[in-house]
Amino acid sequence: MEKIPNNRAWWLVLPVFLLVAFSALIPLMTVVNYSVQDIFGPGQAYYVGTEWFKEVLADERLQDSLIRQFVFSGFVLLIQIPLGIGVALMMPKSGVKGSLCLILIAIPLLIPWNVVGTIWQIFARGDIGLFGWGINQLGIDYNYTGDTLDAWLTVLLMDVWHWTPLVALLCYSGLRAIPEAFYQAAEIDRASKWAVFRYIQLPRLKSVLIIAVLLRFMDSFMIYIEPFVLTGGGPGSSTTFLSQTLTTMAIGQFDLGRAAAFSLIYFLIVLLISWLFFTAITHADKEK
Amino acid sequence: MRQTRAKNVGITLFILLLLTPVYWLLNMSFKTNQEILGGLTLWPQTFTFDNYAVIFTDPSWYNGYLNSMLYVSINVVITLSVALPAAYAFSRYKFLGDKHLFFWLLSNRMAPPAVFLLPFFQLYSSIGLFDTHIAVALAHCLFNVPLAVWILEGFMKGVPREYDEMAYIDGYSFPRFFIKVFLPMIRSGIGVTAFFAFMFSWVELLLARTLTSVDAQPIGAIMTRTIGASGIDWGVLAAAGVLTIIPGLLVIWFVRNHVAKGFALGRV
Amino acid sequence: MIAWMNWTPTVVVFFVVIAMILAVMTVYEIVSPCTERKGFLPIETTRGDRLFIGLLSAAYINLTFLAVSDITLWVALAVSVAWLLVLLRWG
Repeated sequence: MEKIPNNRAWWLVLPVFLLVAFSALIPLMTVVNYSVQDIFGPGQAYYVGTEWFKEVLADERLQDSLIRQFVFSGFVLLIQIPLGIGVALMMPKSGVKGSLCLILIAIPLLIPWNVVGTIWQIFARGDIGLFGWGINQLGIDYNYTGDTLDAWLTVLLMDVWHWTPLVALLCYSGLRAIPEAFYQAAEIDRASKWAVFRYIQLPRLKSVLIIAVLLRFMDSFMIYIEPFVLTGGGPGSSTTFLSQTLTTMAIGQFDLGRAAAFSLIYFLIVLLISWLFFTAITHADKEK
Repeated sequence: MRQTRAKNVGITLFILLLLTPVYWLLNMSFKTNQEILGGLTLWPQTFTFDNYAVIFTDPSWYNGYLNSMLYVSINVVITLSVALPAAYAFSRYKFLGDKHLFFWLLSNRMAPPAVFLLPFFQLYSSIGLFDTHIAVALAHCLFNVPLAVWILEGFMKGVPREYDEMAYIDGYSFPRFFIKVFLPMIRSGIGVTAFFAFMFSWVELLLARTLTSVDAQPIGAIMTRTIGASGIDWGVLAAAGVLTIIPGLLVIWFVRNHVAKGFALGRV
Repeated sequence: MIAWMNWTPTVVVFFVVIAMILAVMTVYEIVSPCTERKGFLPIETTRGDRLFIGLLSAAYINLTFLAVSDITLWVALAVSVAWLLVLLRWG
């Protein structure tokens, strides 16, 4: 649909603009202010220039947590995207069974994030949790509060459990939008299942997949509450991701300047990645 | 047909695995603490409602649910009322800076709340809204409004502009057309958007916890109280957790037929 | 009311400059609307897109200078401005 040029449309957008500007611009400006000062209390600040940025960029604890964050988000994508596509392909196409499947699969998405942490905290415990107990019964020594690898696997498993449904539902809606005629044509051509997937379903899933990757990357990049409840970031700091490091710094230690500089760097990374995806999405929209 | 059966087995298995942790929480909420700590039982041996009774009789517990529901509802109302006209503008018109505005909105959905946590606290304290429901509702608009605009715009693009033009020819004013003609046409989109605004506000805790202390404390923050001197009260914790899942289940039922499209942000 | 924001002159200047750039671009856009075109960047861009790319890369250029060297940031700023102009003209 061709859009009509009309600058008066701004009046319709204005409420949204003001509301979001209030919640986004004022905090952003504040963070910039904090990042160049050493603040002792209200009105007692001392200009330090780019000192905080230099310190933050050289801080090994932060570099570690950044690397950890990228590794985590990478694994999240590697597991959840293929698994989500697979689940979507298996879901019944329509009818009561389809609706039921949809609702059941959506359940993890409707659970508050701290409760997700609680569920897995209980479920993975060796003494009172089915999962932890089951693994121990198999003769594998498993303890997510003590062992780094176990903690990592548990956090990852929790995230897969929590968010694969989102990918699956996205792909499901993408698959349902493919006209039946495409499949009939493939049948006439005696295309194999793989060929149908590779040349009909996958290309048509492109736009939803970009959205899925975007949402999953961004949301895993800001993960905080779930691992915080599950492992508290430990053992040591092995499952402390960026948001938790930042929150501890800002609220826990009240280290305002450093936290602000860190926030800005964090924000810039997010901005760059979302811009790349946004460009990809508008391109995919245009191709249609 | 063998393939259909394989698919059914696969999807059933996946759903079972998905529901096991939830079942475990449900299972625990009906047990006494002695039974929970006494050993692993697959279903409650001594079935009890005591854990739920604790929550429903103690105001400091059930107020948490009421607080959460109140700020979530306020948020959904604000989100929809500002996002509907904006999404209409984005779906119909080209205007100065539209693409950049859209991206800026989106980047707020993507930005981690932790980045703005401290200024948020100070902002809402300075305007005297700290520890009120409206503060949490406004804060959640930061990510809900962009998402709502995005979803609604996707749905609105599906409505041909001929309807708009027809209404104007019939002498409808813009507000009358928008409310009487246009909104009913995208009501499934509105339902789905309300569902998503509800969901993301309901599951969020970091901002909600930071902006409240007593009067508007969300249930998630109250749940940490189960950790007492004598260890964690697992039964009550589990019961509180189960109760937080129920509102979501009730709401998704109403939008089940359109929710898939909503998850794709209206872009299918 | 805004004491908690701890405004400092440098940051005021920073945001005023950004606001002015945006204002100038808006006026420029009204006076002569621009269409998408393709320069040396791999995608079609409008003037606003190039400005955004320029500003974002300016932030990264400054951060890189901070991270790897002790050279004064004025150099990084100069590099960023030059890059921004190149982008706006040929990007």
